[in-house]
Amino acid sequence: MPQVTGEEGRAVAAAGGRPQTLDDRRFVSRALDSDIYHSFKSSKVVMLAALVSLLFIVAAAFAPWIAPHDPFDLATLSLLDSLNPPAWVEGSNPSYLLGTDDQGRDLLSGILYGARISLAVGFASVILAAGIGITLGLIAGYVGGTFDSVIMRIADVQLTFPAILIALLIDGVVHGLYPNVTRNDSAFWVLVLSIGLSFWVQYARTVRGSTLVERNKEYVQAARVIGVHPIVIMTRHILPNVMGPVLVIATINLALAIITEATLSFLGVGIPSTQPSLGTLIRIGQDFLFSGEWWITIFPGVALAALVLAVNLVGDWLRDALNPKLR
Amino acid sequence: MAVFILRRLAQSVLVMLTVSLIAFAMFRYIGDPVNQMVGVDTTPEQRAALREALGLNDSVYVQFVRFVWNALHFDFGISYQFKQPVGELILSRLPATLELSIASAIFALVIGIPMGVYTGINRDAWLSKLFLTVSLVGISLPTFLIGILLIFIFAVNLRLLPSFGRGDVIDLGFWRTGLLTASGLKALILPAITLGLFQMTLIMRLVRSEMLEVLRTDYIKFARARGLSERAINFGHALKNTLIPVITVTGLQLGAIIAFAIITETVFQWPGMGLLFLQAVQNVDIPIMAAYLMLIAFLFVVINLTVDILYTVVDPRVRIGGSAT
Repeated sequence: MPQVTGEEGRAVAAAGGRPQTLDDRRFVSRALDSDIYHSFKSSKVVMLAALVSLLFIVAAAFAPWIAPHDPFDLATLSLLDSLNPPAWVEGSNPSYLLGTDDQGRDLLSGILYGARISLAVGFASVILAAGIGITLGLIAGYVGGTFDSVIMRIADVQLTFPAILIALLIDGVVHGLYPNVTRNDSAFWVLVLSIGLSFWVQYARTVRGSTLVERNKEYVQAARVIGVHPIVIMTRHILPNVMGPVLVIATINLALAIITEATLSFLGVGIPSTQPSLGTLIRIGQDFLFSGEWWITIFPGVALAALVLAVNLVGDWLRDALNPKLR
Repeated sequence: MAVFILRRLAQSVLVMLTVSLIAFAMFRYIGDPVNQMVGVDTTPEQRAALREALGLNDSVYVQFVRFVWNALHFDFGISYQFKQPVGELILSRLPATLELSIASAIFALVIGIPMGVYTGINRDAWLSKLFLTVSLVGISLPTFLIGILLIFIFAVNLRLLPSFGRGDVIDLGFWRTGLLTASGLKALILPAITLGLFQMTLIMRLVRSEMLEVLRTDYIKFARARGLSERAINFGHALKNTLIPVITVTGLQLGAIIAFAIITETVFQWPGMGLLFLQAVQNVDIPIMAAYLMLIAFLFVVINLTVDILYTVVDPRVRIGGSAT
């Protein structure tokens, strides 16, 4: 894999798109020549999946600019526009490509904004889970002793339960502690907290395992002998060497986090329907399945499935590509 | 072997104690139990009396021991929203969840094993590739989406199967079963498939990889050399030896099935424990949440322990390794 060192990274950033500098050219040619790039190019499915993932991320990031309607602007909503079928069905309004929901919100715009929330929750909770897991794993692996055994026992117990159950439980506990957080903005952070706290174990276990190996190597011993502070050893010396597997777990967890977010929102304990995520849209639509308005639930469902499948495929490929045993 | 089982037993007790500590902390410190139980017009004296009666003035240690003692007697207090004992509520919902979970496990085994055997023997057949692709999609689709798609196809469009509820149930006194009526069985089909699909793909992939491994071994080659029929080799010799990991995984997955029943029960409005738990989360009904947590933990611990013990019985290598460490 292309080992981007800090210096090279900075050089690339400083070059700012001018491929004249020596460092920059070397980096690009090294990246194009790497095993990982070749394995990427050799699989059409992975390239397609990466493209779809990228498309989703771009569409989600620029949702306010590319969405044909603003689904949250109450002034433009009209109940007369509610339950419009998709544009290719008879009796539809062509300005709503995928139709509208029960409140007259444009479904395509709703999906774009929904994917934005789903991806935001996914990324934020993966970062939180990785942050907690890496920190605890590093300390547990490097310091050992009581801290190590306590953390690992907690991890064992938590690993017995499915993540979705833990997330539901944390969600319930937070709502019990702060009864007023159910609405709007705070719902986002409650979800991030619930999902983040239910996924940290994998990171902690992986990082702890790698740290146990690294701490006995010469470079760490040398650093210890010359009196480098343990925190500096952990963050500057060991951490960069244990990050590889963490990236793989993070990619695979992103798909899981998106599924968990959608599931919690579908169960009615996640994002409220005033600012729907993909899961919330599916829940709203489920009630209309029987009266014939299938598009409200099917389109967000297809979007969710495509997103998760694409991210999963990229994650699987990354796991195999970075695993030296499978080369 | 006795040492191994004893050690696992001790670990299980430790897990249960940790979980009950969490459940106790939830019950004691989230909201005020007294405020949840009484009406608005209760006087401070009555509240104080209830607090004393519930033992909330005792030391935390005494309260925790009492909590565990009560839980051992299946007494989890009174539900905030239903004003009924939590133990009774859960017992009345348990049959629905267990019937659904076991039906899905059977579905996963009965469909998953033959598919795994087929894809293991005919590696390059187009049907195998189809099975594998479908299983990848099945893993990527969230449970609730599979449920909605099944409802959309079989209940809304084809009008073949009911989309919600359990159908007619027969009360056996201790167990309300939907398995003895035609409408109950019809109502079971879609939820059981939804819940079991993930496990089915898992078992299929597991059996496939085990079959691929076993079919390469010497004793299979020897069986071929002896001129045994393909059928006898594949099913009598190969499949038999793939079944130990399958039993383990199925056992462990049974716990996951019961937990994931929350989602399936919501999609199909199946009146089981999962739906009860979800209502409890939405209404912050802490006693039900705590009880459900402990019950699920208990199920997981019992299943894990049973699988471990079965393993030592079936596979002698585990026995030796277990007592040596």
